[in-house]
Amino acid sequence: MGSNDFSKLPYIGESILRKEDERFLTGAGEYTDDVQLNNLTHTVFVRSPHAHAAIKSINTQSALAAPGVLAIYVGEDVAHDKINGLPCGWLITNIDGTPMNEPPHPILAQGKVRYVGDHVAMVIAETLEEARNAAELVEVDYDVLPAVADVRDSMKEGAPLIHDQAAGNHCYKWAIGDKAAVDEAFKSAAHVTKIDITNNRLIPNALEPRAAIGCYSRASDEYTLYVSNQNPHVERLLLTAFVMGLPEHKVRVIAPDVGGGFGSKIYLYAEDVCVTWAAKKLNRNIKWVADRNEAFLSDAHGRDHVTHAEMALDKDGKFLAFKVNTDANLGAYLSTFSTAIPTILYATLLAGQYETPQVYVEVDAWFTNTAPVDAYRGAGRPEATYLLERIVSRAGWELGLAQDEIRKRNFIKNFPYQTPVALQYDTGDFVQLMAKSQVLADVDGFAARRAESEKKGLLRGIGYSSYIEACGLAPSNLAGALGARAGLFECGEVRVHPTGSVTVFTGSHSHGQGHETTFAQVVAARLGIPVENVDIVHGDTGRVPFGMGTYGSRSISVGGAAIMKAIDKIEAKAKKIAAHLMEASDTDIDFENGEFSVRGTDKKVPFAQIALTAYVPHNYPLDKLEPGLNETAFYDPTNFTFPSGTYICEVEINPKSGETRVDSFTAVDDFGTIINPMIVEGQVHGGIAQGIGQALMENCVYDRETGQLLTGSFMDYTMPRADDLPNFKLGYHSTPCTTNPLGTKGCGEAGAIGSPPAVINAVLDALAPLGVKDFDMPATPLRVWEAIQLARV
Amino acid sequence: MKTEISVNGKAVTIEAADNTLLVTAIREHLHLTGTHVGCDTAQCGACTVMIDGNSVKSCNMLLAQAAGSSITTIEGVAAADGTMHPMQQAFKDCHGLQCGFCTPGMVMSSLDLATKHPDATELEIRDLLEGNICRCTGYQNIVKAVQQGAAHMKA
Repeated sequence: MGSNDFSKLPYIGESILRKEDERFLTGAGEYTDDVQLNNLTHTVFVRSPHAHAAIKSINTQSALAAPGVLAIYVGEDVAHDKINGLPCGWLITNIDGTPMNEPPHPILAQGKVRYVGDHVAMVIAETLEEARNAAELVEVDYDVLPAVADVRDSMKEGAPLIHDQAAGNHCYKWAIGDKAAVDEAFKSAAHVTKIDITNNRLIPNALEPRAAIGCYSRASDEYTLYVSNQNPHVERLLLTAFVMGLPEHKVRVIAPDVGGGFGSKIYLYAEDVCVTWAAKKLNRNIKWVADRNEAFLSDAHGRDHVTHAEMALDKDGKFLAFKVNTDANLGAYLSTFSTAIPTILYATLLAGQYETPQVYVEVDAWFTNTAPVDAYRGAGRPEATYLLERIVSRAGWELGLAQDEIRKRNFIKNFPYQTPVALQYDTGDFVQLMAKSQVLADVDGFAARRAESEKKGLLRGIGYSSYIEACGLAPSNLAGALGARAGLFECGEVRVHPTGSVTVFTGSHSHGQGHETTFAQVVAARLGIPVENVDIVHGDTGRVPFGMGTYGSRSISVGGAAIMKAIDKIEAKAKKIAAHLMEASDTDIDFENGEFSVRGTDKKVPFAQIALTAYVPHNYPLDKLEPGLNETAFYDPTNFTFPSGTYICEVEINPKSGETRVDSFTAVDDFGTIINPMIVEGQVHGGIAQGIGQALMENCVYDRETGQLLTGSFMDYTMPRADDLPNFKLGYHSTPCTTNPLGTKGCGEAGAIGSPPAVINAVLDALAPLGVKDFDMPATPLRVWEAIQLARV
Repeated sequence: MKTEISVNGKAVTIEAADNTLLVTAIREHLHLTGTHVGCDTAQCGACTVMIDGNSVKSCNMLLAQAAGSSITTIEGVAAADGTMHPMQQAFKDCHGLQCGFCTPGMVMSSLDLATKHPDATELEIRDLLEGNICRCTGYQNIVKAVQQGAAHMKA
């Protein structure tokens, strides 16, 4: 079925209320910490208080003697049991063709700690309190070493060496694009706009802290890992094949209700391995739940780029070439997808919505004595959008062109469009996205609003951002050629029950996205049955055949497409059964609104009767067809999907205090086919909130000298709260994706990708009359006030 | 020590160490796992319960301090037959939740808010919800839900 026919089906485009809500609203959700098990023990990790130190000795004697303690494991035990380090899932190749530096990532420190929060020992006791008390008795003698927390220090000659295997703290030097062509284009430029930009480091802070329970059964020699995770099958694959050397069929990974992920729960973490490994050693179930301060210290962080870029333009403001140098902080160790974020998911997006003929991007990735950095909502694409949309607005200002005008002069108008940085956009309509956004934002009324603000002694600014992202990760062969060590397809199983109700098993994972509703709508629409008759199962390797999980806005476009393929098979088989029942050829059978009919006759049978016949095959072509109606499909996308949009933000700034308030925020997005507008709207709201969070308040700060995390709690790290945000104005302009059967593009990350530059461009627009030309996120009152004071000097 | 409290209309006696937090008693002793722990600094509000008609962060007080009081957790908000409270229904109707982790605390705070400030404006609601963090929704639909829930509670 094509996306055009699909989008016209009942349920598609309908805001069905969520099937999952009742359990969450009545306290019946079951998150990892809620799972009730017998034979349970609790573990607490002893973590490094130093950013960089050699471990001289660990004395566990008094801790072991403490009440309730069952065992304490340290790095030596891991080495003895030959448990490998955590693997990196993406191999990046240097410009010179050599592979990146890939130092070991042990689950418990092997002689050295490399960031505050690094895992030193695992203390297991009967109760959580006993484990906590004993952990305080573990004596670790450290030889503290000089540390580096900032890439600008890490890259310096003579900087403290973090890994012996990574000379100069360098992980890789990677590039994309035609450098010679870019250099040539710069020679003929009428104008060059330059920018130095920092993309502030963020801490994801899903509200449910990470948690894991390791279980082992001697009777069956099987492990079960309950874990707050976005992709249980990948977790199992990494855990078994790469770290513990176990056969996959002996390990079941269950990611039950998961309280938000935003990327931070994609990865295999040390704690997950430790509880699984130790469960067998102790023959006990072992639970670990992160305190919020552990989450701050040890969840993978996001962003943290330092970039210099230059845009070459002709005299009419047309972009000729774009040249980018980025230094990316990867933290102390390579987290699962860390290496792909500042490369494949960043540099390939730097053409944006524009017909820039040449783009060249060079990325250096560095180790520092900080927590690992990996994907956080948007992952690389927010960094790309922030850079590009900042330099585009700046170029406009330098040339006397309005923010919309410089964008309009450069928009790509013909599709498909091949960018100079590998991607081919299938569809889009950037001109209309801008036009609709300008109407919705009432841009015409801006001058009057600015005058009103001025009367109150406030500065008002307007900021634009026109983003594009690559979602629906990803064609496996393309990803493989780019260094991915895993496939990126998805799997779906559609099980039709004898009475015509359906259970779907999907490899996508919902941790807030509402798949149990959206996916049920897809199936109900296709099969012409009530949405109540469809249930979605996810998050359990013991029930779902296989899966690659949820990240990169891939669930509906890849996971949904796998379900569509499985339904194609269901439909094809059901037609054969219907043909038999109605004594016709299956090529003459039509299927519409839940009924199979013989074309040109009034003969018809409902879907439920076909289902029953498949399982009670008394009148059935048993010689040609198996009984049953249960199909599995794998779908590997042929291209990325390309959501896009134009966001317009207005801020009001009090120049006396520096206080900055987002007064209005407008987002017009192209997500292709929209299945549940209510859920899509919720995704955009949440994304924008995180983007405004990055732009105005969130900032992960390590002390540059000592590597101590200075923003280690909700008291220090500013999370957006209800009174920090306005209501958002949303609109859509859809050009369906041509490469998947639903026409969907994905909507999970757009808000976080598109919004930060819109906010900061608005801040700069507001401050322009005072002479402020540059500004780094987050626009806290102090920073804004300082920028104003500096401009006055 | 033994502490007598009433939880969701039922009298219970909990035998626990003196330093047991109220949230620990609710989750670990009573196995009412709808009350969540999202932080360790009383900032996020995921553990909010009602104590004698006031919303309280249950991570921030000892079980002993609750002795003799009447506590409602998220499990006690719906009617006995399972029909959701108007505030719970409003959160569903307005898509005021995504991952669901902050939701129990958010609903408890909203119940308090709607009872004490039945006519709160949008801006007042945003201000009054300042003690509860949601990372998913951007708050807009939560505010809508509180408005709808409060209106239905008055009716």
